Amino acid sequence: MTDYDVVVVGAGPGGSIAAKTAAEKGLDVLLIEKRQEIGVPVRCAEGVSKEDLEKFVEPDKRWIAAEIEKAWIFSPDETKVELSAEKAGNEVGYVLERKIFDRHLARLASKAGAEVRVKTSAVGLKRENGIVKLKIRSLGKEEEITTKIVIGADGIESKVGKWAGIDTTLKLGEIESCVQYLMTNIEFESDVTYFWVGKRFAPGGYIWLFPKGDDAANVGIGVMPSIAEKKAKEYLDDFVRKKFPDGEIVEVVVGGVPVSGGLKSAVSDNVMLVGDAARFADPITGGGIINAMKSGYYAGITAYEAVVEEDYSAKFLKKYDERWKKDFGKKLERNKKIQEKLLKMDDETFNKIAKSLEGMRIEEFSVKRLVLEIFKKYPKLFWDMKDLIF
Amino acid sequence: MKRIVVNRYKCAYCGACVSVCKFDANELVETYLEIYPDKCTLCMVCVKTCPMGALEVVE
Ligand SMILES: Cc1cc2nc3c(=O)[nH]c(=O)nc-3n(C[C@H](O)[C@H](O)[C@H](O)COP(=O)(O)OP(=O)(O)OC[C@H]3O[C@@H](n4cnc5c(N)ncnc54)[C@H](O)[C@@H]3O)c2cc1C
Ligand code: SF4
Ligand code: SF4
Repeated sequence: MTDYDVVVVGAGPGGSIAAKTAAEKGLDVLLIEKRQEIGVPVRCAEGVSKEDLEKFVEPDKRWIAAEIEKAWIFSPDETKVELSAEKAGNEVGYVLERKIFDRHLARLASKAGAEVRVKTSAVGLKRENGIVKLKIRSLGKEEEITTKIVIGADGIESKVGKWAGIDTTLKLGEIESCVQYLMTNIEFESDVTYFWVGKRFAPGGYIWLFPKGDDAANVGIGVMPSIAEKKAKEYLDDFVRKKFPDGEIVEVVVGGVPVSGGLKSAVSDNVMLVGDAARFADPITGGGIINAMKSGYYAGITAYEAVVEEDYSAKFLKKYDERWKKDFGKKLERNKKIQEKLLKMDDETFNKIAKSLEGMRIEEFSVKRLVLEIFKKYPKLFWDMKDLIF
Repeated sequence: MKRIVVNRYKCAYCGACVSVCKFDANELVETYLEIYPDKCTLCMVCVKTCPMGALEVVE
């Protein structure tokens, strides 16, 4: 007898959906979160595609801060390219209030029957006789619990994978180092997301502005530490000083986004990794919420099947690998390759491309659409990418 | 002896530095970053990654 069928470590979107899915299937599930408040501090710009989100959860005004219709991309010389969200498949549609959203998902997990414990950290695991002994610490007190399966949803700082023998270490060229300010007293259009690209603004990443209603917006930056010369915060400070001299900063968000393109395998005996722990954020956009939720769902389903079959081996859990790979694995791989090409592009080329697209109406703001338009205009530049796009 | 120290006034407990450490020499405990000097190789990868400039080497 084990204490639980499944213990989920981390109550971000990946962990809560995993716990909800497994509990709905009737498993005994414990969801633990080391912080005292789920969703706080936020480590996110909060942009998410409407279509994908709505597959998992009914939209609710309490956690939707803004609805987005367009995206404006600025090249290093600030030539503007406009994308609109007239077709489905848009990459950003809602700007969330993650403090509320993450809690909502944890509540859904709890309603489905999962036990939720906050201020409770996983601090180590070992396997014995086919089950896991998970060491947890709650309010300073350590205890050992037993479980058939551990789902590591412990985000960027993940340790679960390492304890289980999965190498999750990121290299300097596989992480975006990010800082974001929630700003007021700045001018922006409340249904537009803004992106500034090129080395001038953010080496290896970009600067974003995501509205949160009419009077405040997330203004943030991601840079790749392997090529950045300064700290992310210094780049962002330079930008906001020039662009929004009267702006007030009312909140600071700091974080890392894994942009390695995902692990080759996210399983080991008794263990599955989901979301950022499995490095599932998109290498181009840095978006990770949807893949965290999708992978949480697949891990939950696979856990159920493993419990029914009483087989918690890596060999059985490979079903999980198959599921996430079939869904978004190819896109992660493709976008990693496109990102590597983009990293080699100089600012002058970005400017030229933007000039050639200026004034055009691109009726969908997905990365794929944009790359396709660039491909049409610059076949020479992108000829070796055609296999990635089609 | 050289070691990595965290400036707790600058650190935002984001965990970016933990994700790049090969040697398990750091950990985000509930609300603070712990660095384990006995495991640290001073490779500096975490120092380069920190978005806030909160890590530095001291003698
Ligand atoms: C600045 C920034 C901007 C971003 N912008 C966007 C965006 O606009 N859109 C988008 O889709 N994505 C964005 N992302 C990425 C997105 O935030 C992540 O991909 C997403 O949160 C991953 O979800 P997750 O459930 O895998 O992990 P997380 O949301 O990181 O949750 C992991 C949880 O595990 C807990 N935990 C860790 N270790 C333990 C332990 N040992 N025991 C117990 N609990 C533990 C943590 O406290 C945390 O609550 C951004 C990230 C950053 C840093
Ligand atoms: S990366 Fe910097 S801000 Fe983030 S936890 Fe490490 S030292 Fe703190
Ligand atoms: S210097 Fe290297 S070994 Fe030491 S904590 Fe930082 S990343 Fe780990």
